Amino acid sequence: MPTDHIQYKSHPDNLTRSVPYKFDAAQLRSEEMIVNLGPQHPSTHGVLRLEVLMEGEIVREVVPHIGYLHRCFEKHAENLPFNQVIPFVDRLDYVASMNSEHAYAMGVERMLGIEHQIPKRVEYVRVMVAELNRIASHFIAIGTYGMDIGAFTPFFWLMRDREHILRMLEWASGARLLYNYIWIGGLFYDLPIGFEERCQQFIAYIRPKLAELDTVLLQNKIFVQRTANVGVLPLDLAINGGVTGPMLRASGLRFDLRRVDGYSVYPELDFDVPIGEGKMGTVGDCWDRTNVRVQEIHESLKILEQCVTKLTGEHKRTRDFDPQALVPKKIRPKAQDLYVRAEIPKGELGFFFRADGRNDIALRCKCRSCSFVNLSILPEIAKGILIADLIAIIGSIDVVMGEVDR
Amino acid sequence: MPAFESILTLVQNACTHTPPVVDDNASPKAIVVAAEDLLPVAQQLFASPETYFDMLSCVTGIDNGPTAHTMEVAYTLYSIPFHTHLMLKVKVSREKPEVPSLSGLWKTANWQEREIFDMYGIHFTGHPDLRRILMPEDWEGHPLRKDYTHQGYYRDIKVAY
Repeated sequence: MPTDHIQYKSHPDNLTRSVPYKFDAAQLRSEEMIVNLGPQHPSTHGVLRLEVLMEGEIVREVVPHIGYLHRCFEKHAENLPFNQVIPFVDRLDYVASMNSEHAYAMGVERMLGIEHQIPKRVEYVRVMVAELNRIASHFIAIGTYGMDIGAFTPFFWLMRDREHILRMLEWASGARLLYNYIWIGGLFYDLPIGFEERCQQFIAYIRPKLAELDTVLLQNKIFVQRTANVGVLPLDLAINGGVTGPMLRASGLRFDLRRVDGYSVYPELDFDVPIGEGKMGTVGDCWDRTNVRVQEIHESLKILEQCVTKLTGEHKRTRDFDPQALVPKKIRPKAQDLYVRAEIPKGELGFFFRADGRNDIALRCKCRSCSFVNLSILPEIAKGILIADLIAIIGSIDVVMGEVDR
Repeated sequence: MPAFESILTLVQNACTHTPPVVDDNASPKAIVVAAEDLLPVAQQLFASPETYFDMLSCVTGIDNGPTAHTMEVAYTLYSIPFHTHLMLKVKVSREKPEVPSLSGLWKTANWQEREIFDMYGIHFTGHPDLRRILMPEDWEGHPLRKDYTHQGYYRDIKVAY
């Protein structure tokens, strides 16, 4: 291939000229230094670049530099009809696409006023695939977090188990990660025959594995010593910083939008909202955050069981059931502003829509991403800690850069 | 749980420049205030024990285009203890858009306002660290403005959209 096709001319300053350092190296006192972490580093979970001002081994200041994975989601969403945005929504949080799709579809349905007409079976299928994907997302969060701080085995175990979920979702939608399965007003297709039974088998399979995970990771002495009392996020700071999801719950507030807002069929389902209790150290430390995620997997399994019961009993499949029956031919909401939010594995995913009523393209579609907001609290909790603890904190926030940069 | 009317009275009392306008066409219900009144209004809503909006969910910038010649910033507030929602909106001119920063009240406003500055060029006065956040520092223009045209080349890379 001729090399003149490559237009990019490498320049040694490109990184620092496009995103300059906040601290000036010439102004540093003795003992101080600037360490650049990322954007390519396995422990930063993607293209996160951190500028760390250090004094010896103590972190004085952390400045995150983000935007390396910016794919203009909001610009695309303002140039495409509502239904064509869903594949882009998938690519926000690419390890939990079903949950993002659910939030987006719910928002557009609320604008159209068809939110309460969606058939119960469709809603149960949505909740079921979303909870499956929540488990898969938490598996990644816990597995990679363990690997960050030296536990290698749980990562492989969890990746093996996550594969079962991905295969099930592939069976339903045709894709492993980016599903485009939940549509506005319905679903791409009903669940394949036998999905509910396989889901039941999966629940029976995964429960003993979670007990293993508990002994090998959560109760592991090395893991506890690396995470307990590290990166404590006090509750008042968490709320003021807009932190949501497992991070907020680990700080001790029982706040889950599935309960608080009670959207979809969640009010009909029985599940608990686990919170951090400071069992190994302080409330809101890294161990609590990991523990909340593990407990949430148990709760999601409970939800799955109830969904299976409903989908094989009260709302079982019938020959003439069409999950696309309510999908509108033309999606043209009335002129309005609407903010919708839903609980995805990382926290509160919100969409702000503005429709003008004359067009089937949104005038404005803002994505309030939870990873972005959760990451913004990192400089606050990473002051005066050791550099090794910084890596432990980044992992416990569980950011997906696709959602941070959008 | 405070009723919308009582929140509105609170906002009316805090406004010294222009009386607030209710926007019914929004969900949650919105109150439009002038940019000069935003900071005292937000302070009231944040601190008052009757409203107690402790969480700023979302800050959105909106460009109404060159014909309308206005830009907006919408703040979606949420109160955890009362479970109430409120939208606050500020309308500014496109010429010299300036809105007071709320990052002194809610820490979450810091990055969200930086993003709006990046995407719309709205200047947040009093912001501690107003830099671009998603786009490179030497990028030209503000991409989410309705009349935005991208530059031809960025560091010898062809910009294609």
